[in-house]
Amino acid sequence: MPQEFKLILKHLDNPGYTPDIECYLRHGGYDALKKALAMSPLDLADGKKKTPQEQLRDEVMKSGLRGRGGAGFSCGLKWSFADRRSGKPIYLICNADESEPGTFKDRQIIHKDPHQLIEGMIISCFANDVKLAYIYIRGEMPKGAKLLNTALKEARAKGFLGKNILGSGYDLEIHVHRGAGAYICGEETGLIESLEGKRPYPRIKPPYFPAVLGLYMCPTIVNNVETLCNVKHIATMGGAEFAKLGTPNNTGTRIVSLSGQVKRPGYYEIEVGKATIGQLINDPAFGGGLRPGRSLKAVIPGGSSSKVLKAGEKFKLKRKVEGKDVEVETDMLDLPYDFDSLQQAGTMSGSSAIIVIDDSVDIVGALANLSEFYAQESCGQCTPCREGSLWMSKTLHRLTHGGGRKQDAEYLAKIADNIPGGKTICAFGEACSWPVQSFVAKFKDEFVAKGAADEERRAKEAATGKKELAAAPH
Amino acid sequence: MSFTVPANLEAEIDELITHYPVKRSASLMLLHALQEHFGHISPEATQWVARKLGLQPINVHELVTFYPMFRQSAPGKYQIKVCRTLSCALGGSHQLHEHFCTKLGLDPHAHGLQTTKDGKFSVEFVECLAGCGMAPVMMCNEDFHEGVSTAKADQILGGCK
Repeated sequence: MPQEFKLILKHLDNPGYTPDIECYLRHGGYDALKKALAMSPLDLADGKKKTPQEQLRDEVMKSGLRGRGGAGFSCGLKWSFADRRSGKPIYLICNADESEPGTFKDRQIIHKDPHQLIEGMIISCFANDVKLAYIYIRGEMPKGAKLLNTALKEARAKGFLGKNILGSGYDLEIHVHRGAGAYICGEETGLIESLEGKRPYPRIKPPYFPAVLGLYMCPTIVNNVETLCNVKHIATMGGAEFAKLGTPNNTGTRIVSLSGQVKRPGYYEIEVGKATIGQLINDPAFGGGLRPGRSLKAVIPGGSSSKVLKAGEKFKLKRKVEGKDVEVETDMLDLPYDFDSLQQAGTMSGSSAIIVIDDSVDIVGALANLSEFYAQESCGQCTPCREGSLWMSKTLHRLTHGGGRKQDAEYLAKIADNIPGGKTICAFGEACSWPVQSFVAKFKDEFVAKGAADEERRAKEAATGKKELAAAPH
Repeated sequence: MSFTVPANLEAEIDELITHYPVKRSASLMLLHALQEHFGHISPEATQWVARKLGLQPINVHELVTFYPMFRQSAPGKYQIKVCRTLSCALGGSHQLHEHFCTKLGLDPHAHGLQTTKDGKFSVEFVECLAGCGMAPVMMCNEDFHEGVSTAKADQILGGCK
């Protein structure tokens, strides 16, 4: 029986738990920071010394922690790429621009346990010799920004932040920077441009890898809120212990945002890979199943950009059985909820946001909704994405408002196939295409039927001269 | 009418600028501060920010036109933002948006910002507000509301004096 495993969410929903520093300190807060700052250099066999910073970075590498924002990239590796020889300052930015549709986990941490994020951030900054860091929070969380500012002030007053932190000689300042409603700011190079006071047009890579040419053309580390909270726990328990949580190559815990048509939507922290998609949807400890009389139609497994899974779909997963690699046929509901299994199923766990769609939903309408989002949010820098996202949205609008054509399914697939694959500067091109590619491929009959019905109705209207369609829903 | 920024707000703004090694970085924070005070970003406000940060007005204007949260004209006293994106749509956000519009005499089919004639309310659809588990969600000025039924919506409107 899979269960929640609360590491990051351990306290924040407990009765009486408040976001102020006194409450956090009563629950062992900032002990991990004290431990990190008190570390001594380690003597190596060759007579050299390993600094506390290097030891912390090693622990994060050992922990196997993968980024919780969406890409699932190794946090230890990301840190190791930071150019430490350039002589320029290294910056760290917490990406708190939580905007991927379906995702609402970082909101919980920011609003209910801001000090956990700040402690994780201070340790991460110390480990990377960062002296100035920012929390880039989305504009639509004004209360979150205020809470973080209060928390930073409290941390400064207690000596956890500012000059000579806890007498260690280490200086760090953290500031809150607010976005203003643009999804593209979640893309790390767009975020950096935005933090520089510009339009958030993502930068082309190479050469603008943040680890080398980031904020003010200096080495920059951009980590998600949940990722930084994990660093605190790695500093507490050690990388090896952390790596025992979850499953191989998918270590630690993840906060799953579950929304859509389940009985108990919400955020659930699990050991990565220790629960399946089906369990997350149906188990009483999690989603509690669909509403009475409904059956499952589709699941968006990792935020709106991830490719949709159709109910009943089967995948061949590579598994080790008695030391041998074998392929096991797996139903979509039986996919372990981790990075690698979902990737093998042709999709991704992304920002770990599951949107459940039942049989009451018009699948064409659901895609139209998502495509409108992407058309709205494309930054407009690259033609394939700017035009393609809008064409797809317009086509889907037509299909959901009585103006569809039989060939629209193929037309949509053709546009979607022509946006990604290195034709755009950032991954938004992929993000807007994947839903269209997967919805149209897996539910093609419904798209074709809708277009055909519209054509038939229009032919009849032309013959009789009578309009049959009532005012279209907006 | 001349454009004046009160001394206490300017002091707050001067402090914000010290957060960044490069002044230009403070643009968004300054625009937020001015919009919170004046309700929108006028051409004079844009020029003021540009002067303050040593930029050309176009450097600031291009931010105001790009970022959806900045307004070039005054919205209503109470701004209602209903989440439009998928999880909220599945949870009834279109009905919620329609309810607000009908109740306030606005067009329920228009997605963009609409303001009542008396200037008291603005209603608009916005993209994902990161509250998908308690759909539908909305904001009324700085307050975030989850699981908003039509009854709860009426309560929220009633609380706007």
